[in-house]
Amino acid sequence: MTDLAHIRNFSIIAHIDHGKSTLADRLIQRTGGLSDREMTSQVLDNMDIEKERGITIKAQTVRLDYKARNGETYELNLMDTPGHVDFAYEVSRSLAACEGALLVVDAAQGVEAQTLANVYQSIEHDHEIVPVINKIDLPAAEPEKVRAEIEDVIGIDASEAVLASAKSGIGIDDILEAIVTKIPAPKGDRNAPLKAMLVDSWYDPYLGVVILVRVIDGVLKKGQQIRFMIGGTEHLIDRVGCMRPKIETLQELGPGEIGFITAQIKEITQTRVGDTITSVRGGASEPLPGFKEVQPVVFCGLFPVDAADFEKLRESISKLRLNDASFSFEMESSAALGFGFRCGFLGLLHLEIIQERLTREYDLDLITTAPSVVYRIQLRKSKTEDAKEIMLHNPADYPDPSRIEQIDEPWIKAVIYTPDEYLGSILKLCQDRRGIQTDLTYVGGRAQVTYELPLNEVVFDFYDRLKSISRGYASFDYEQTGLREGDLVKMSLLVNNEPVDALSMIVHRSVAEERGRHMCERLKDLIPRHLFKIPIQAAIGGKVIARETIAAMRKDVTAKCYGGDITRKKKLLEKQKKGKARMREYGSVQIPQEAFIAALRMGDES
Amino acid sequence: MTDAAPLALYIHWPFCVAKCPYCDFNSHVRESIDQPAWRDALLRDLAYEADMLPGRMLGSIFFGGGTPSLMPPETIEALIDAAAGHWSFAPDIEITMEANPNSAEAARFAQAAQAGVNRLSLGLQALDDAALRFLGRAHDVREGLAALEAAQGCVDRVSLDLIYALPGQSAADWEAELTRALAFGTDHLSLYQLTIEPGTRFETDVRKGDFVPADPDHAAELFELTQAMTSAAGRPAYEVSNHAEPGQESRHNLAYWRYGDYAGVGPGAHGRRGGVATIRHRKPENWMSALARNAHGLSEERALEPAEQAGEALMMGLRLAEGVDLRALAARIGTPQAALVDTDAVAQLERHGLLRRDGDRLATTPAGMLLLDRILTEIVAC
Ligand SMILES: Nc1nc2c(ncn2[C@@H]2O[C@H](COP(=O)(O)OP(=O)(O)OP(=O)(O)O)[C@@H](O)[C@H]2O)c(=O)[nH]1
Ligand code: SF4
Ligand SMILES: [Mg+2]
Repeated sequence: MTDLAHIRNFSIIAHIDHGKSTLADRLIQRTGGLSDREMTSQVLDNMDIEKERGITIKAQTVRLDYKARNGETYELNLMDTPGHVDFAYEVSRSLAACEGALLVVDAAQGVEAQTLANVYQSIEHDHEIVPVINKIDLPAAEPEKVRAEIEDVIGIDASEAVLASAKSGIGIDDILEAIVTKIPAPKGDRNAPLKAMLVDSWYDPYLGVVILVRVIDGVLKKGQQIRFMIGGTEHLIDRVGCMRPKIETLQELGPGEIGFITAQIKEITQTRVGDTITSVRGGASEPLPGFKEVQPVVFCGLFPVDAADFEKLRESISKLRLNDASFSFEMESSAALGFGFRCGFLGLLHLEIIQERLTREYDLDLITTAPSVVYRIQLRKSKTEDAKEIMLHNPADYPDPSRIEQIDEPWIKAVIYTPDEYLGSILKLCQDRRGIQTDLTYVGGRAQVTYELPLNEVVFDFYDRLKSISRGYASFDYEQTGLREGDLVKMSLLVNNEPVDALSMIVHRSVAEERGRHMCERLKDLIPRHLFKIPIQAAIGGKVIARETIAAMRKDVTAKCYGGDITRKKKLLEKQKKGKARMREYGSVQIPQEAFIAALRMGDES
Repeated sequence: MTDAAPLALYIHWPFCVAKCPYCDFNSHVRESIDQPAWRDALLRDLAYEADMLPGRMLGSIFFGGGTPSLMPPETIEALIDAAAGHWSFAPDIEITMEANPNSAEAARFAQAAQAGVNRLSLGLQALDDAALRFLGRAHDVREGLAALEAAQGCVDRVSLDLIYALPGQSAADWEAELTRALAFGTDHLSLYQLTIEPGTRFETDVRKGDFVPADPDHAAELFELTQAMTSAAGRPAYEVSNHAEPGQESRHNLAYWRYGDYAGVGPGAHGRRGGVATIRHRKPENWMSALARNAHGLSEERALEPAEQAGEALMMGLRLAEGVDLRALAARIGTPQAALVDTDAVAQLERHGLLRRDGDRLATTPAGMLLLDRILTEIVAC
């Protein structure tokens, strides 16, 4: 273990894509954590999906040894965090384990919504914040303007902000020095009863459940009997270590240190993030404050395309959940889709990622129903039932409309941060989504606008639209503010005259017709032409509010097919048949999986 | 397939002078070819297949490629003579050679006929110089027509190929071109719509946006126009892209579509011998060295499951206007008739007017023929 004075714990925080993971790469490289040969871009983003999308989803911790200019060697525990708002909880738990943060701001983009949201969290933890203005190599970089912005908007001193380029390796030494000189050493007492924060846990196929800890007081050692103070279970530690980023076994973890333990734990559900770990003998009496629970806000149904895959889906979801406690699932059945699960997510990106991981890592073909939020419905008394209140997670369970007294929907407070020039289109977008403007302020060339918005208007594609109308410059952050009554109806989609459950949705009456028209148009493009023509309709109750028709296909035939072509053509035929099996049939119409989500994206005219 | 049904023999000559941009056949350009070695190798490959298919009667031989009209006439003659030694010839045996309509090749038509070739299939491709250039062909219209005349003077049966639904081709353009082609009086025409095949230069061109392939709806109109014109001219479609005066269908190609047995010899040639699929090495050099090692050019030889055979037979047979006799097919491959096709899907497609049943025969309607690939994915049970 390292003495307290020679430990520095810090998170790297920023808005999405400002270069946190790239900076982490340089810090790892400079301190010799990995050889050049082992180094890849964004080495800490180790999930395939992170690599492909170029974003961080899961926070990662790595320990570096740094020989400072004063000649002494420091143990640096770096935590790289995700920038996307859906994964904000990853940032909050990382911050709880540190004494400081590197605040990375893109020199071309400047301060954005998640910059603010994350920095405020960091300030709440009394952190020392070291500003880093990154990407100064870009031609569009305006480091001095951004420096002023950090001071004006965030209100922290940026006079000593490090100008850096994580990509070209500029400013890395200064950042390392600033970490040692500016961020305070942790405090703690080796001889006090053991108190360690359970920062994160995940399932590793070789090690079993791995727990990331931050030791506050006392020492963690192999062979020690520990207890989770909230969870209540007891375990025997069989390994103590840290990531460099390769796994390294250690003798012990002392106060102020961040590292991992394993304790032959099979069930990840036993390791509650935010729990306090203490020793069974001579343990602490009071747990640490713990973290705020995360609540899923977006729900959708996941069904296997092939009903026979239901068990496989159940297993895969359970396994995925081992590494991501932030989504919820419960079984659901639907007349059209059979058995599946209704899952809750932290946001649309989270939804997309879970869906993609299930498809790829577990080789499952899935149907994703329209994302929806949770509605509270007051039902009148009926002949057989008393008046009651239900929570509606799934549009398919929409009750008999004649019994509905009142429907309440969740609202959010959204803060949007944007360069001036896009403000007009953004206000229009919010207005179209039934938003109520509550605040508008300007800082420099930027506007910060606050809206109250119904969450169901946001879950589909609000974020995508915002990005596209502001060319990626606007940023967005939100919190839930409670339920409000709304004039909401269920809209069904009929394909070839059969209702498609997965596409039904709850919408505000005032936008139903437009939404219906739009969905029909989208589906017309998304459903490939068939051998016969296909009517597509949107309806409320029995009333059709929009319709489109997909014309029949006219030509699909191989021009040349002789003796030498049979084998090849047969393979093609088999491939097409397989492709067909991946689609769902409704009234003998095959709908490709992508269509279900894609149909909800509203496109540019809305 | 009973042994009584005549056998078809395909011989592949894999060389061309240059590679055409739309072509995905097994064709290669080589600076020089060791002709005696090639003749010898083809003869040995042929002898091997003959051993595997003893006692059959040969109904047709087809020299395909590549550009088989560039084969030395002695090689053609040697192969035909060898085939005659291995098998008996049907009295009306059809021996076809594919040829490019340029003067160099036309000069050899007479020798080929001398060697026994009695049918020429001419890759005319277009009757417009700009179109021929677009298709990367070496000949122009004048040369092509001279070759056609030469061919008609050497053999009784001549077929010509045209490629249509070219980018920008209007119905009027095609109508004029086809009217002209029909007037040449060949009893057989292969009229192919241009398709962009993977791995061809055209595929790259399309990806780069150099040209846009014909819109499928427009192509469908051209197809219908083609059907009407050829029928009116007494050479209706007997297969998706093949048109003939009744009785003048390509007997060799009918063997494929009726899923009969055929021996395939030469690089990349495929064969079917009573439920066994054979494939030969595609690359000329690999095929040559395989022959040196094994006395045959086979790279793969595999018995097909009845379901696979059924799928293949339907895929090929439904290309024909006559369709497929399901009862006969079921009996031949030894599966119940009900297992051949998805009967619900067939019934549905009948209702949509895309398939028709006539006793045991299943066939596409004219509208259905244009949608055959899609129809197959719906009805083939395999
Ligand atoms: N030009 C330039 N590009 C950079 C620099 N730093 C990072 N980038 C690029 O910016 C993009 C995002 O970098 P990441 O390191 O993945 O950003 P991040 O902040 O970790 O992103 P999230 O984890 O998704 O929030 C990548 O394409 C990097 O190559 C820099 O200093 N200069
Ligand atoms: S001549 Fe025929 S085989 Fe040779 S490249 Fe051209 S199209 Fe292909
Ligand atoms: Mg990152």
